[in-house]
Amino acid sequence: MTATTSLSALGTGAQSKGKTGSLAWLVLPALALFLLFAIAPLAGVLLLSFANWDGIGSISFAGAANWLRTFADPMMYHALGLTFIIMAVSWLIQTPISLLLGVFSAGSQKYRALLAVLYFLPLLLSSAAIAIAYKSLLDPNFGLAAGLHLPILAQDWLGQPQLALGVVIFVVSWQFIPFHTLIYQGGVRQIPRQLYEAAEIDGAGRFKQFVYITVPQLKYTIITSSTLMVVGALTYFDMIFVLTNGGPGNATRNLALDMYLTGFKANQMGQASVTAVILVALGLGLALLLQRLGGKDKNGSQLEGL
Amino acid sequence: MTTTLSKPAPTGTQASPQRGSGMGRRLRKLNLPAGAAGWIWLAVIIIPIYYIAVTSFKSQAGYFSQNPLALPAHPTLENYRMVLANDFGRYFLNSVIVTVGSTVPAVAFSFMASFAIVRGRGKFLKGVNALFLMGLAIPLQATIIPVYLLIIKMHLYDSLLALVLPSIAFAIPLTVLILSNFIRDVPNELFESMRLDGCSEWQTMWRLALPLTKPAIVTVAIYNGLGVWNGFLLPLILTQSPELRVLPLALWSFQGQYSVNIPAVLASVVLTTLPILVLYILGRRQLLSGLTAGFSK
Repeated sequence: MTATTSLSALGTGAQSKGKTGSLAWLVLPALALFLLFAIAPLAGVLLLSFANWDGIGSISFAGAANWLRTFADPMMYHALGLTFIIMAVSWLIQTPISLLLGVFSAGSQKYRALLAVLYFLPLLLSSAAIAIAYKSLLDPNFGLAAGLHLPILAQDWLGQPQLALGVVIFVVSWQFIPFHTLIYQGGVRQIPRQLYEAAEIDGAGRFKQFVYITVPQLKYTIITSSTLMVVGALTYFDMIFVLTNGGPGNATRNLALDMYLTGFKANQMGQASVTAVILVALGLGLALLLQRLGGKDKNGSQLEGL
Repeated sequence: MTTTLSKPAPTGTQASPQRGSGMGRRLRKLNLPAGAAGWIWLAVIIIPIYYIAVTSFKSQAGYFSQNPLALPAHPTLENYRMVLANDFGRYFLNSVIVTVGSTVPAVAFSFMASFAIVRGRGKFLKGVNALFLMGLAIPLQATIIPVYLLIIKMHLYDSLLALVLPSIAFAIPLTVLILSNFIRDVPNELFESMRLDGCSEWQTMWRLALPLTKPAIVTVAIYNGLGVWNGFLLPLILTQSPELRVLPLALWSFQGQYSVNIPAVLASVVLTTLPILVLYILGRRQLLSGLTAGFSK
């Protein structure tokens, strides 16, 4: 009697213990790789920002020298400014276009579905491929300007600082609008149809429905999409690297590119790590800020009465 | 592709269901300005792609003499032959190895971790989950310098494995988030009946959770795979030998080497994109839902 109860108690005890015990090891492969290649480097980037390292030789302690040098360096402020300009302007371009295209492509007409299939094509191309294509497309003599017979397009697009920055922003938008269109399309499809039916009964036109139903209903989609755009803008690297390599001069050298050029071209890994720390801090800060903006009334009253 | 803290919808086909609901009826009325804008945007998207395609079939003489947007007067496959002769096959193979080699373990490890996080209890698993969630908000590309140092110290510099390992690690947070949301949706009774049948958690994972989360697994595999296939920063920094180039890097160096031969450069662009284009044609829905994995409202 006592033997059986204690046995069954032992059994359940062993089972529940065995359950978590036998399960916990399942996270180990993922955890080990994540700790080694994501968390350790995160700590490493902070440590390296206080070190001297040329990328090949030995590493020595540098104190705050890298930090002082970085903050005394006009290039850092220039790169930071460019990063924010690219972020802000490309957000201003991408958000309205993506939103409108998302609404447009969520429509049920056949031709819209067909257009959507083509809209998403840029998603398949790598940043390197896009940059290379635009390089030849922007050629004043053998590119788009000659193709369309529009002399106004025959500019030295990548040779003039202002124009090159404009081109970078345009190409970034061209590359990422399809992705955000896709997000908005998904968001629009989740808007309850009754809202539009009610609005129609009340006599609201298409424009009013868009302003008073579609946009407010897409609030969280806008926040998600904006977070991705803004944080993604911090790390725009490969497309700009291939398209302009930061030039002409330093006209398109944003923070991510500055980190690469300082670290891997000028062999100043310590100073580049300072830039990396700034990037990580900005990314975390912006992500938290944007989530705070929209995170509060997640289950708010927008759907009340449905 | 760094962060979102919003919870994904519990179903895998965020992008495609409810077709025709919501906006459907409203928009069926003729909307001319929207239609016009839609076609204009199509031109913005298609002209560069069309230009890549037609130019890749032109001879160099044709490139210099013809209208850039005209169809090639004398279509040629010479550019493609030249790109293929430039070790394209090897770069293609490298890309396949790196993409498959990092996507399969990333999804497998993340699936196992998600299963443990959902089914298990205890502070350890909760802590691990919190750690992965934190990883979503960090721009991991910014940690490339210590990753480079680590790869050197592990004597992996200039190897394909050097690309695979960080790619797996970078993919884990989002993959775990999405898969654990799916496993959480599996009805508890099913787990219970597996237990009554005497299955271990290990068997339950493979025989119950895996088949039920298959759509999500395909989705995250596509999302991660496309990211690795098109990735540029890791190969640029962690490899050096020409024979270890993956496609985006090969594209870049080919462009540097043959910058005068634009048609050949654009043929290489077409060739690197072709496998994904085929995938897009075969499984558009899966690919698109893969791309928005976890970003829905």
